[in-house]
Amino acid sequence: MKDQIRHARTHVTRNEDLIFERSSPGKSGVDLSPLDVPAVPASEILGKEFYRAEIPGFPEVSELEVIRHFTRLSTWNYGVDTGLYPLGSCTMKYNPRINEVVARLEGLATDHPYAPAELAQGCLRVLYETAQCLKEITGMDAVSLQPAAGAQGELSGILMIQACLTDRGNPRKYILIPDSAHGTNPASVTTSGYQVRPLKSDTHGSIDLAELDRAMTEEVAGLMLTNPNTLGIFEVRIREICDLIHQRGGLVYMDGANMNALVGVARPAEFGVDVMHLNLHKTFTTPHGGGGPGSGPVAVRDFLEPYLPSPTIERAADGTYQLNDNRPKSIGRVRAFYGNFGMAVRALAYILANGGEGLLQTTQDAVLNANYVMQQLRDTYDLPYDEPCMHECVLSDRRQAVRGVHTGDIAKRLIDYGFHPYTTAFPLIVQGALMIEPTESASKEELDEFIEAMRAVAEEIEEDPEFVLKAPHATRISRLDEATAARRPVLRWKE
Amino acid sequence: MRYLPNSPGDRAEMLRTIGYSSLEDLFSQIPQAIRFQGRLNLPGPLSEQEILDFFRDAARQSSREYVSLLGAGAYSHFRPAAVDAMLSRGEFFTAYTPYQAELAQGTLQAMFEFQTLMAQLTGMEVSNASLYDGSTATTEAVLMALRLTRRNRVVVARTLHPEYREVMATYVRHLGTEIVEVPYSASGQLDMEELEQALKQETAAVVLQSPNFFGAIEPSGEIAELAHRSGALLVATVTEPLSLAVVKPPTDADIVAGEAQSFGVPVAFGGPYVGFLATREKFVRQMPGRLVGQTVDTQGRRGFVLTLATREQHIRREKATSNICTNQSLCALAATIYLCLLGKEGLKALAEQNLAKAHYAARQLQEVPGAAIPFTAPYFNEFVVKAPGKAEDVLRELRREKILGGVSLGPFYPELEDHLLVCVTETVDKATLDRMTGVYRQFANRTETGNGAKTAAPHAVGQEK
Repeated sequence: MKDQIRHARTHVTRNEDLIFERSSPGKSGVDLSPLDVPAVPASEILGKEFYRAEIPGFPEVSELEVIRHFTRLSTWNYGVDTGLYPLGSCTMKYNPRINEVVARLEGLATDHPYAPAELAQGCLRVLYETAQCLKEITGMDAVSLQPAAGAQGELSGILMIQACLTDRGNPRKYILIPDSAHGTNPASVTTSGYQVRPLKSDTHGSIDLAELDRAMTEEVAGLMLTNPNTLGIFEVRIREICDLIHQRGGLVYMDGANMNALVGVARPAEFGVDVMHLNLHKTFTTPHGGGGPGSGPVAVRDFLEPYLPSPTIERAADGTYQLNDNRPKSIGRVRAFYGNFGMAVRALAYILANGGEGLLQTTQDAVLNANYVMQQLRDTYDLPYDEPCMHECVLSDRRQAVRGVHTGDIAKRLIDYGFHPYTTAFPLIVQGALMIEPTESASKEELDEFIEAMRAVAEEIEEDPEFVLKAPHATRISRLDEATAARRPVLRWKE
Repeated sequence: MRYLPNSPGDRAEMLRTIGYSSLEDLFSQIPQAIRFQGRLNLPGPLSEQEILDFFRDAARQSSREYVSLLGAGAYSHFRPAAVDAMLSRGEFFTAYTPYQAELAQGTLQAMFEFQTLMAQLTGMEVSNASLYDGSTATTEAVLMALRLTRRNRVVVARTLHPEYREVMATYVRHLGTEIVEVPYSASGQLDMEELEQALKQETAAVVLQSPNFFGAIEPSGEIAELAHRSGALLVATVTEPLSLAVVKPPTDADIVAGEAQSFGVPVAFGGPYVGFLATREKFVRQMPGRLVGQTVDTQGRRGFVLTLATREQHIRREKATSNICTNQSLCALAATIYLCLLGKEGLKALAEQNLAKAHYAARQLQEVPGAAIPFTAPYFNEFVVKAPGKAEDVLRELRREKILGGVSLGPFYPELEDHLLVCVTETVDKATLDRMTGVYRQFANRTETGNGAKTAAPHAVGQEK
């Protein structure tokens, strides 16, 4: 099997220094327009106290050097454009090019957040229309696009629960979070001032109703769950779960990270969710950008609408759009201005491209692809929870760990076969998890190649585990020493 | 649907392989009662051309025909073509968080360069790989100061961006943190006497912005001394980081946070932007956000990895330093490319142009009867002007000249009604500035005549008597 490496995409390309090491005095990549007002002596105007003569160590390179530098760096990256990127829970789907074109249109890319509303009707309309679409998709009654990312959507949602329960007389102390949840959930809850009470999952990987019944006391403000959960399993008793929380005076928050499994199939408001966030960079194709910018709109039922972050965008009777910051019950601002507007442009372009039918087909393909991978790999890799999956599936390295090879090692070897790995070691409730989310953007052909590669790696582990432990073999650099990086951090270049 | 690669035949074959008879069957575990029975009522599907038409129409309803003198945390600077050319490489913008370092050396090295550039600009020892934006970066800096000092009181300059103060309030309300606001003095800078008073109680951090919301540059060294004397940390926020090419960075601060949108990131109606947070090496383990570190591979070759992740939510969960899961990688990349293009001399020359244009504008306006530059502190590319009349009227007149004349300060600072915050970057030419002054003059003349008539009338009556 080792010879397959010959077919792998190589990442071996030429070296590229840090930009600072390419610098030499007197060069610049920009020629400014001539100054058309009298120059002022900066050192005099700012005086000794404030004037800075130079920024030591700053780079000096020409435009071409900048282009070559970043072009070369880009070739060391793997993106959705490069190939299959089955990184579980991240929904690495295709980022349509038209999204990028419309987000850069003059007027949308150039309007200032403090431009008068009558001169920003286009931008306000985009925000308003995006919110309308997200309401329809989730079944919720109101949406704010202000949160900058999923984690900020979570925080906003939990703060709204807190504000609502405070108005009802008692904010309570705890939020229940299943042990399968993303790490941001407990971190956001802590940031809100609530304390986390973890909930053990049952043997099917779902919320244990008996456990929930015990945990849902009068001190508990609500439940924060992900549906489908991080195992890719739909919480089939979601209605009962939400009813129980509501009966005891709590509210239900849904992490919408996995909404790619549900669009057009089920609407969270209809199964009992009170507040949720969406990740525009997952479900709605805004690019992940190497780790941001994201966008985490928060959607709520009508009784939570007064608590939405301020300002909100409203449509007046005459059809014009206005910002409303007269919202006495609002949790306040979570970010300056109105959120990641540019991401709303892209998400709306994606929704428009699909329409309702296209989004449903997208969901079906995403779920089909995940089930296809799960069924084809379950004989080779352990399937800890044998349930039908939604948009992603979780396997484990139990059989390979016997040979000393773990999920992270298998991931590294997969790189040699030309694929971006799945998510390793998450969710935490599965020892040695392999979390695979192909998304609808993977073709059958590509999935077959991936499945073949996964099987080949499993065989290699049987034949020569050492070889897999030393992977990747086909990349520009080999495994990096993360321990030293953390022990003696070098976080910047120095002369 | 053009984005979907599976053909109907592929779907049928895949379903057969895994033992399902229809796509519907894949969802059979979802109880019928909670299945969505209808069809999503959404616009579309639209062709690419229709999408372009839709957004072109929206883009027309904008201020794109206007010259903008709006700043206040979002700055219109020229963006060299190379920035978008590089950002548009799919290897950059369609990649995710560089968890698999071997497949993400491009992003990782660029982020390491970003960290270096921000550290150099701010004069700090280390910077993170970016945060959401300036408002949340400032807030995260405050939360960091609360953790470091284990105190729960924050003294905030009233000249910190009003929306940043609002965001901070949202985040600390539930910690019971006391926020004390310190007013500004006649210079437009932080009132030092009031600050001293405010620091008589145990305080975690003093938070200032420099150049502040009025554009005034703060004496951060002096303020740091006062803060440190009382055991508080100094958090300095920078919303216009281009200033740092000619203005000394607040090196006496403990944390420098801010917004780097000025560096190649479009104004885009408020976002996405790119926050940053830089600090001293000794505080690095209390820092929020991602960090990229340099290391070596098994062959001793230099490479880069995400590091010190034990601070972060995916490892520490409820004990993490912050709930933030992402940085603003692509915007940070834009800033990195932009700063590399401009370089040491280019950035300085650009900053000097901004300085010159803003000072030219201010000096012209100062000459207009009824207008005034109320604050005396040194400023960079933004300043406050007292309008020769109602702010809204002046702005309306300027709009007729296709100029967005500034941010009206009344809504943020009631005592500054009829004052405008004016920002002049390199994108504004002299002719526009002269036209602006012309409008002010006309306005002043009219108001003078108007006022004259009003004041003259009783006199006349009196004289007649």
